[in-house]
Amino acid sequence: MGLLDKFKQGLSKTRDFLSNGIKQLGLAMGYFDENMIDELEVLLLQADAGSAATDHIMSNLRQDLKQTRDSSQTHVRDVLQQQMLEILGPRRTLLLRPDQLNIVLLIGVNGSGKTTTAGKLCLRYQSEGLRVLLAAADTFRAAAIEQLDIWATRTGTDIIRQQSGADPAAVVFDAVKAAQSRGTQVLIIDTAGRLHNKQNLMDELAKIRRIIAKEAAEANCQTILVADATSGQNAVIQAETFNKAAQIDGIALTKLDGNSKGGVALAIAQATRLPIFLAGLGEQAEDLVDFDPQAFVSSLFPEQL
Amino acid sequence: MALFEGLSSRLQQITAKMRGKTRVTEQDIKDMMREIRLALLEADVNYQVIKQLIAVISEKCSGTEVLESLTPGQQVVKVVHDSMVDILNIGEQKLAVSPSGFTVLMLYGLQGSGKTTTAAKLARFLKNKGKKVMLTSVDTHRPAAMLQLDVLAKSIDVPCYIETANKDAVEIARHAVDRARYLLCDTLIVDTAGRMTIDQALMTELKQVAAVVKPTQKLLIVDAMIGQEAVNIAETFDREIGLDGYIMTKLDGDARGGAALSIAYNTRKPIKFITIGEKTDALEAYDPERMANRILGMGDVVSLIEKATANYDEKVAQKTLDRLKKNQFTLSDMLSQFEQVSKMGSVKDLLGMIPGVSSAKLKDAKVDDSIIHKNMAIIRSMTPKERDNPQLLNASRRKRIAQGSGTSVQAVNQLINQYQQTLKMMKQFGGFKGKKGRGFPGMGRGGFPF
Ligand SMILES: Nc1nc2c(ncn2[C@@H]2O[C@H](COP(=O)(O)OP(=O)(O)OP(=O)(O)O)[C@@H](O)[C@H]2O)c(=O)[nH]1
Ligand SMILES: Nc1nc2c(ncn2[C@@H]2O[C@H](COP(=O)(O)OP(=O)(O)OP(=O)(O)O)[C@@H](O)[C@H]2O)c(=O)[nH]1
Ligand SMILES: [Mg+2]
Ligand SMILES: [Mg+2]
Repeated sequence: MGLLDKFKQGLSKTRDFLSNGIKQLGLAMGYFDENMIDELEVLLLQADAGSAATDHIMSNLRQDLKQTRDSSQTHVRDVLQQQMLEILGPRRTLLLRPDQLNIVLLIGVNGSGKTTTAGKLCLRYQSEGLRVLLAAADTFRAAAIEQLDIWATRTGTDIIRQQSGADPAAVVFDAVKAAQSRGTQVLIIDTAGRLHNKQNLMDELAKIRRIIAKEAAEANCQTILVADATSGQNAVIQAETFNKAAQIDGIALTKLDGNSKGGVALAIAQATRLPIFLAGLGEQAEDLVDFDPQAFVSSLFPEQL
Repeated sequence: MALFEGLSSRLQQITAKMRGKTRVTEQDIKDMMREIRLALLEADVNYQVIKQLIAVISEKCSGTEVLESLTPGQQVVKVVHDSMVDILNIGEQKLAVSPSGFTVLMLYGLQGSGKTTTAAKLARFLKNKGKKVMLTSVDTHRPAAMLQLDVLAKSIDVPCYIETANKDAVEIARHAVDRARYLLCDTLIVDTAGRMTIDQALMTELKQVAAVVKPTQKLLIVDAMIGQEAVNIAETFDREIGLDGYIMTKLDGDARGGAALSIAYNTRKPIKFITIGEKTDALEAYDPERMANRILGMGDVVSLIEKATANYDEKVAQKTLDRLKKNQFTLSDMLSQFEQVSKMGSVKDLLGMIPGVSSAKLKDAKVDDSIIHKNMAIIRSMTPKERDNPQLLNASRRKRIAQGSGTSVQAVNQLINQYQQTLKMMKQFGGFKGKKGRGFPGMGRGGFPF
């Protein structure tokens, strides 16, 4: 199965929601009237797209309809898709530089899926034949190190760890040194969950980044915010705050396989313009794909009108 | 930083536009309802719930008391708030205990919502209440899930039953019940794997576990950050597994937690506890009042309004207002205003209750309610004659007042400036027409030290 199909399949529940809604709305008559347009707006809001992104999309749609006077299903769909694509921006992926050390730093609030994403990335890079190393920089949460350790074993990846309660910055320091001496190509750092309104924890993150900048200035460091797609508008604040504190390169949106309607992707992108690199589509190692805005957007609409 | 940030400030803006009009129009109400809708959406309250709530609220707000009050914006907020508290106050918030003497609490919810941590927190809480508690985890899915619970259990010295090599959750559940009974425990807390409600296999597994452990309380663990889907998730769990109540986690963050309102509204099930941190002691009783404030994004500002109204001496206020109308506002009137404000409690405390205002930021920000007290001290150091005739306040008098109040001449100058600004503002308003003016100009920017 191609990655795109996998992405679409993983999103099947997500897409059912909007696409069924749109189908129900548009099919009966073949065009959208004023009420149906209002209902579209409600669908977006209920998918966690947030009022800013929804307003943006809907006002552009309404303006377009005023000008074109074409409220056929296909036209409305095309305009909506185009608006969403504009918000999400072009497809961007987590890019590694082949000839140097790459560091992937996974950060985010508690329980968003950082450790699982770290495990999934190990599988991805291992199967690409790269030399991968894991760093267990969550020394705080109970059994966090052991959890990552299981992922290391599952994917056959070496792991740098210290005992529970150790200074995470020290773990990162060790890991960077180990990666440099081993000729590692990808160092994946799992960090503890932290709520962005906790200054001391955000300072800790800054310290980790300073160590990386100082000890591995030559490395290509990618800071990835791992965000839970079932979360609502707080995800926007998360993205903004983490970005301020730790300059995010891209986002990994997890749990898109389940109850989430996925609209929060639009809310985050609209507010921050940050690219979404990855989509988490399950709890297994292989359940990670590159986020594809085009596929994502088209999955939100019925394939046939 | 404004105190009335968020919803109430937006409502104030609308009511400010209404000022001077004799009647509040339907459009005014519509505008206010729009702001309420936006605020609740921002807080992740479910759209359908908002719709129904707004219908109720706009009905209540059409009442003349609200719209003719001095501060209709605040009164509308109060109506919204009170309606929310009604919803949030549903059901029995205490955990039920089994009459058999063997109570089983089963925790379930989406992945990463906080089940395992909450299980340990509950164990600690109940143990401290003298219960004999055992923990168990039937999470055979997530790596190191059982170990995580075991580590937490050891840290609070509570027995924990796990079978790390067994992949059969139902069997582990059966063994755990046996063990708990054998250990003569009176409470068993069952931690389960995270699951999406659309995952049929895992929902079936949960049903089977429930059939074996026969929970006294089936508790849904909900992340405060959850979005619009919270309602469907809760309803599906309720329908398929049964739901006795829920616990909202991660409220130490700045998520507004609107899901609490949606779930309470649709399932009519109570919140039993909230959790506010990662450590095992971060479990708190649930307070509908504070939850409503939080969802509205104004910390305990509503309590402030209530406190203010409770402490507010209507007669004093009316007298000041009359004097304002007649352009006779003096420093004595200003003092009585300050006294009213200071009755409302510490500004810093109030700000600290607003989600999103971190204590670190507060330290830097110069929100100093001692300014109010300083200003009161300054006016109190004036003679009655000076208070009524501020033009008497020449340099030497100001110096004396500064010394008397333990402040500086600069502070005295500032206060007098502030007073003059207030006077100017009143002139701009041309005094107050109508019986009840809206707003209370002296108390605006001038009165509050921020
Ligand atoms: N369905 C689904 N579950 C996921 C996905 N990613 C992670 N999870 C689950 O979410 C839960 C939390 O994942 P973790 O990887 O432990 O999250 P974390 O961010 O490391 O958590 P902390 O370190 O405690 O902050 C686990 O039960 C994972 O199996 C996903 O894409 N889909
Ligand atoms: N800040 C904060 N973190 C919390 C709170 N409750 C839980 N957490 C954190 O959230 C993350 C997930 O908590 P868990 O207890 O592992 O969640 P879970 O529901 O058992 O996760 P799964 O078993 O993977 O589904 C951990 O990092 C916890 O420390 C809370 O009230 N505040
Ligand atoms: Mg983790
Ligand atoms: Mg767990």
